[in-house]
Amino acid sequence: MSAPLLRVRGLTKHFPLRGGLLGRTRAWVRAVDGVSFDVNAGETLGIVGESGCGKSTLARLLLRLVDPDAGTVTFEGEDVLRASPSRMKRLRRDLQLVFQDPYASLNPRLPIEDAVAFSLLVHGTPRGEARERARALLGRVGLDPRMHGRRYAHELSGGQRQRVNIARALVLDPRLLVLDEPVSALDKSVQAQVLNLLQDLKAERALTYVLISHDLNVIEYVSDRVLVMYLGEVVETGSAEALAQSPRHPYTQALFASAPSMDPDRRMEQPPIAGDPPNPIDPPSGCRFRTRCPFAMPRCAEASPPFVPVDAGHEVACYLYEMEPAARG
Amino acid sequence: MAPLAGVEAATDAVAAVPAAPMSYWRTVGWRLGRDRTTLAAGGGLLVIVLAALLAPWLAPYDPSAGSIRLRLAWPGTPGHWLGTDEQGRDMLSRLLWGGRMTLVAGLTPVLVAFVVGSALGIAAGFVGRTTSTLIMRTMDIFYAFPSVLLAIAISGALGPGLANTLISLSIVFIPRVVRVAESATVQVKGLEYIAAARVSGAGMGAIVRHHLLANVLGPILVFASTQVSLSIILAAGLSFLGLGVTPPAAEWGLMLNTLRQSIYVNALVPALPGLAIFATSMAFNLLSDGLRDAMEVRG
Amino acid sequence: MWVYVGRRLLLAIPTLLGASVIVFAMVHLAPGDPIAAVMPAESSAAEIEATKRAYGFDRPLPVQYLVWLQRVAQGDLGRSIATRRPVILDVRDALANSLVLALSSSLLAFVVGIALGLLSAFRQGRLLDKLCAALAVIGVSVPHYWAGIILIIVFSVQLNWLPAMGAADDPGLLPFLRHIALPTVALALIPLGVITRVVRSAALDILNQEFVTALRAKGLAARRVFIHVLKNSAPQILTVLGLQFGFQLGGSVLVESVFSWPGTGYLLNLAIFQRDIPVLQGVILVLATFFVLLNLAVDLLQTLIDPRIARH
Repeated sequence: MSAPLLRVRGLTKHFPLRGGLLGRTRAWVRAVDGVSFDVNAGETLGIVGESGCGKSTLARLLLRLVDPDAGTVTFEGEDVLRASPSRMKRLRRDLQLVFQDPYASLNPRLPIEDAVAFSLLVHGTPRGEARERARALLGRVGLDPRMHGRRYAHELSGGQRQRVNIARALVLDPRLLVLDEPVSALDKSVQAQVLNLLQDLKAERALTYVLISHDLNVIEYVSDRVLVMYLGEVVETGSAEALAQSPRHPYTQALFASAPSMDPDRRMEQPPIAGDPPNPIDPPSGCRFRTRCPFAMPRCAEASPPFVPVDAGHEVACYLYEMEPAARG
Repeated sequence: MAPLAGVEAATDAVAAVPAAPMSYWRTVGWRLGRDRTTLAAGGGLLVIVLAALLAPWLAPYDPSAGSIRLRLAWPGTPGHWLGTDEQGRDMLSRLLWGGRMTLVAGLTPVLVAFVVGSALGIAAGFVGRTTSTLIMRTMDIFYAFPSVLLAIAISGALGPGLANTLISLSIVFIPRVVRVAESATVQVKGLEYIAAARVSGAGMGAIVRHHLLANVLGPILVFASTQVSLSIILAAGLSFLGLGVTPPAAEWGLMLNTLRQSIYVNALVPALPGLAIFATSMAFNLLSDGLRDAMEVRG
Repeated sequence: MWVYVGRRLLLAIPTLLGASVIVFAMVHLAPGDPIAAVMPAESSAAEIEATKRAYGFDRPLPVQYLVWLQRVAQGDLGRSIATRRPVILDVRDALANSLVLALSSSLLAFVVGIALGLLSAFRQGRLLDKLCAALAVIGVSVPHYWAGIILIIVFSVQLNWLPAMGAADDPGLLPFLRHIALPTVALALIPLGVITRVVRSAALDILNQEFVTALRAKGLAARRVFIHVLKNSAPQILTVLGLQFGFQLGGSVLVESVFSWPGTGYLLNLAIFQRDIPVLQGVILVLATFFVLLNLAVDLLQTLIDPRIARH
């Protein structure tokens, strides 16, 4: 088993909340707290969680749009977070990001082929060649460059804009693509098209994806492995099938049970989980999910549970499973 | 009040979107071309500017030459269609020549403020917290003065003359432009296409040049255009107080001052320079209104 | 919220100090010897020496500033070169007169401006709106000193209804009103135009929001919608009112000189003409301080109306 393409260890980011007369820091938003995971070449890692769990911050940390307070991100053995500006520029060719908001992520003053070509221009490609490659890529993502090339962002639909975003991310021939809620802002019918496009592109170009979403259907559809986040921490990781069939962490179970189904036999009277996600400013001590967990025990409040393997490649951070190895004998 | 009366969106011709894809600036031009009021204002302004520019050829008399015998002649006097002033100088000639002074004194400070203010404002919005605080707090100090007062304070200290007027008015308008520029920059900076440019590996300079400027200069330009009329009124006002252009030069504000005492003798002639200021100021205002409407991003 | 109040007050101090630096620098910006800027030409050597020590002219510039600042804080704004009277006395009287004019002009501009602005917004697109908008553009474009002259020509010279000059000679309300009428109108024109436009724009923004459509669809009475629009546009309107009042205090320079109204503007004009720097400094410093405090008051008033502002 070759080394993982991307290694993340102990990534932490706290945002200060300023207040008071002199703007002193009153509290910290613990957006991402000690997140660790690996991404293997060629796979799609899905990161799922509700709003406020730190997914978008994580995406920005991975791409070094935001500097972390602690932790490392290693790409092919190279430390991303401490790379020099020239090394960083080189690394930017390999690591790209597709943004969530198709409306705010395109410069309204640039024709879309220029928006895509800009990345190449930054890295020294001559103007004519950059435009050619941009147009070719637009064609590949489903936008005929002869018809749409000189169009402006406001003339395109949400789905079309997202295709432009994808083209922009791919024009530098990256190895790893982080996609932050790539289809959340689109209509359902368009979502499927864009997801299929992403699958095709991944196969064609031997890409690796880290796809972040709050929508379980999307995660299940494209992911090989899944990582579940809650309030800045990872609570469970495993293959997509394993998590779908036997989710272990109470939060994961609630998530999968919450996905609305069209099947009348799967109706339930009570929602599987109660309450709103608590504030990341002052998370509960110990296991952060304990305030909403139906199985909470006294020790859950003491310290954060460590990761425990429950199956091959399937880990949970929950005290419920600490007994299992012993129970299994 | 009829229900939903105020809620109906005004379907102005200006709000329309052209059918074929056009670049943003061409859309602006297209919209301006369909706005009759703005076109009329633009036309009027063109006439005024041309008249001022061509003053040496259009003016029938030397603006400083006058004979006391002919003083305060009423408009319509043969040979002096707009009358003469208190020293017998031809009003038409003085208005034409005066236009050059007033327009220069009015436009130049705004142009200077646009360039300097944009640079400072974009730097304050984009570079970092320390730079931002430094620039914005300095501007706040100038904001402590009402514009008229600041212009008078600086002019009062520097003394009269066209150059000093330009300096003092530039100082009045720069803080205003900086505020608008900083605000627009901060707003654009948070948008995701700027983050996308950073992810592509672009440095600060490339981002400013390719992504920021195009999106920020628009609102700044609209704001600057609204300040021109005030600049003209202030410039003429300074001359009116004896702080701007000095006699015997012709300048509309100065003319208003010297003619003031003569209103008991001839009521019409003293009104003319002010009318010129008013017309020019109004044309600029209508033009800037049209520009602002045309530049609103739709869709 | 009180944190915001405290922070705002704290911010005002460096602004005031910075403004005082600018005013102080005026003396040294003026061409020529600073002493000549504060003393009449025919002063005796002893007087010059005494002034030198009092102002600290022989000491380094920052020390001079501090000396001057200390005296200003105690109310000593120096003596006028022309009249030898303490500046503070003249400024105090003049300020009172200017405030009277600014207040009356503000009243006119605010009431009419808000009325026209709201009328315009609620009748958007119709003839009334276009009329009000036209009036507003005219108001904003007119040079107020010229408007003053025109008013004098029409009402004093031609019709002889109202007096052309300054404060009333006879006591009593009617003469006072007659004298203040023309300057008030002249000074009110530009603020009227600005206020009308801002109020119209602010009210339209709120009217066009979807939830107003929802309220109206639910059958909410027109009067309630009106009140709602008023409440929500109040912060913006308040800001512009404050700014315009400041403009009238400063802009009164020109109108006062047209009507010989004995206010700060008139004093300023005289000081410019006579190169009386101490008076110039005194007037500008007092007006600037007033303006800063006014802006502060407006900001704080806004927080009372809309607490969301304080959370920045």
